[in-house]
Amino acid sequence: MRRIISVLLENEPGALSRVVGLFSQRNYNIETLTVAPTEDDTLSRLTVTTTGSDRVIEQITKQLNKLIEVVKLVDLTEGSHIERELMLIKLKASGSQRAEIKRTVDIFRGQIVDVTSTIYTVQLTGDSDKLDAFIQAVGSTGVLEVVRSGVSGIARGEKVLSL
Amino acid sequence: MELLSGADMLIRSLQDEGVEYIYGYPGGAALHIYDALFRQDKVKHILVRHEQAAVHMADGYARASGIPGTVLVTSGPGATNTITGIATAFMDSIPMVILCGQVASTLIGEDAFQETDMIGVSRPVVKHNMSVRHPSEIPEVIRKAYYIAATGRPGPVVVDIPKDMTTPNERYEYAFPKKVKLRSYNPAIRGHAGQIRKSVEMLMAAKRPIIYAGGGVVLGKASKQLTELAHMLGYPVTNTLMGIGGFPASDKQSLGWLGMHGTYESNMAMHHSDLVLAVGARFDDRVTNATEKFCPGARIVHIDIDPASISKTIEADVPIVGPVDAVLKEMISLVKESKEKPDPEALKAWWKQLDEWRAFHGMRYETSDTYIKPQEVIEAIWRITKGDAYVTSDVGQHQMFAAQYYKFDKPNRWINSGGLGTMGFGLPAAMGVKLNYPDSDVVCVTGEGSIQMNIQELSTCKQYDLPVKIVNLNNQALGMVKQWQDMNYESRHSQSYMGSLPDFIKLAEAYGHVGIRIDKKEDLEPKLKEAFAMKDKLVFLDIYVDPSEHVYPMQVARGSMKDMWLSKTERV
Ligand SMILES: Cc1ncc(C[n+]2csc(CCOP(=O)(O)OP(=O)(O)O)c2C)c(N)n1
Ligand SMILES: [Mg+2]
Repeated sequence: MRRIISVLLENEPGALSRVVGLFSQRNYNIETLTVAPTEDDTLSRLTVTTTGSDRVIEQITKQLNKLIEVVKLVDLTEGSHIERELMLIKLKASGSQRAEIKRTVDIFRGQIVDVTSTIYTVQLTGDSDKLDAFIQAVGSTGVLEVVRSGVSGIARGEKVLSL
Repeated sequence: MELLSGADMLIRSLQDEGVEYIYGYPGGAALHIYDALFRQDKVKHILVRHEQAAVHMADGYARASGIPGTVLVTSGPGATNTITGIATAFMDSIPMVILCGQVASTLIGEDAFQETDMIGVSRPVVKHNMSVRHPSEIPEVIRKAYYIAATGRPGPVVVDIPKDMTTPNERYEYAFPKKVKLRSYNPAIRGHAGQIRKSVEMLMAAKRPIIYAGGGVVLGKASKQLTELAHMLGYPVTNTLMGIGGFPASDKQSLGWLGMHGTYESNMAMHHSDLVLAVGARFDDRVTNATEKFCPGARIVHIDIDPASISKTIEADVPIVGPVDAVLKEMISLVKESKEKPDPEALKAWWKQLDEWRAFHGMRYETSDTYIKPQEVIEAIWRITKGDAYVTSDVGQHQMFAAQYYKFDKPNRWINSGGLGTMGFGLPAAMGVKLNYPDSDVVCVTGEGSIQMNIQELSTCKQYDLPVKIVNLNNQALGMVKQWQDMNYESRHSQSYMGSLPDFIKLAEAYGHVGIRIDKKEDLEPKLKEAFAMKDKLVFLDIYVDPSEHVYPMQVARGSMKDMWLSKTERV
């Protein structure tokens, strides 16, 4: 099953490589990984999406918790949560394609953020499935370049991940 | 406030930490530190002949004492030479601090002379590692390193020290922190009360219980509690290879150790049990054999300080995270209070069965008129040292024979590389023990393959006067490899025979020690006695043993725990 694990990590050199190293060392899989400092500059927040059986996920969270620099973590997929990913996608857009693409972008609530006579660059946010669906909708032949940020997530309601 | 250079701060911190010996080898990046070492006499340094040996020495000391060992090496090759030793300590959860020189911080990343990314290289085999980023941090970093190494599930901690952190003429205020603050590291100090209560209820209700006790009992200093609980309940105890001595081998409730080369009775008892109380053990693959066939009828209570050890390979029915001594203590008081008692009829029937299994095999081996059997050698050493020696071993058949035939009644006496299986561990580990326990017998049981992996340390033994006894069970082969080739590769002995063995007697003498060769059965006991009587001499005993001997019992690969070879021809 796919899981989103959110981690508060000491904002120190080497801490990230320890997390990444753990995944490869123990043969766990990383689908996406995002990391950035938080409002508290001693902490970074890292979000990793991974897949595995319940047993594997339990091991991943336990092993992560063992890392000295991991301060706290939560498996967001255990409760209701919001997940978002940002995508920038560069599409071939000329002639009659332009209107068609514009319509699709609107349906997906994306924005065209850069334009040339033959190209649209589109910005889209949503969960990963929505981004996948957009790529399908525009058809792979027109796609020149795709950049995805990886998943960020947060729990719904009162629940917070903080010290 | 006192002003000290980084190097002086480092040595002062070690003093304040209570470090008596450090094991190491100097080099460019560590020279400021070696100079600070020279200008004091509280912390003593042991100069080894290869950095790997420094780590095993610190390791041997830590295993015998429970106190972290300390290693000091230079950057680059000095640091990388420690890796096998660090990995060895990591696999067996041994507390240790490794101080590594590093090129100056201004040169890091430039492929400077003797630069290695030691933080990166050591990362997968340490509990934690840290770089010093400012000289004034040194006391705190050192305090943290020892704290992390020794608490929770222990392990090695590497501290990387760029040379400019130890510059002599840059001085800072020295203060050794009394306490360590780490918001993200809080090892459990007691187990969950509800889980402990539940586990005691299960213990009382069990009909065929077994206590499976691992290295955590030794590391967690819990053998007293374990023994008390086992005696109160009257239940059988089996130890892991790492847990040997955690429960007295001569106790009538001891079934010996379990797993690949464990006793018939232990493996049978595990397989047929209805309740396994796992204490500080980690269900290693050398114990469980095929996990899907493991203990089919048993419920499992698992106590461990490391939550990640629980339900990693075998699902626990009742997990208890906590220090084993504290958890066992609570269990003991609950058992005392409990109105329930173990069912005496069921327990009697279980012991009848256990005794039958014991009688069926009971660690027998065939003796020979021509050859000295390796098992006989170990039994003789056990008699001569009255079962009270520290025994270190290398890796191979000799290791298994030592573990099987030396009956350990105390913890911390059996010292071997169980997790990583590092050949070359035995001699330096024995040296670390002897240095710190000079009045005890310290024996290194080894093979002619393993001993040659750190033989250079005979020189260190001379320099520091470390009269260990080296028992080389010479079968003129990489015996354990050969045994697998006999059993699985139709005796094709690919590269398991080692020609051109040195004359170990002359070699020992060349290093200034005593060498004794034993190749006749009748000489075994008298010559061993002679050697052990030489209290102040290192004696290298080169003992020619039956080259065709195999270690039994041996579990059948991918079977259940009860599937074993008992000799070359008997399979159960
Ligand atoms: C450093 C290292 N290399 C290889 C091995 C694989 N290995 C395990 S036992 C063994 C043979 C050891 O031979 P010896 O020391 O003579 O012991 P014996 O089995 O003959 O008693 C080998 C090569 C190992 N455990 N460690
Ligand atoms: Mg051999």
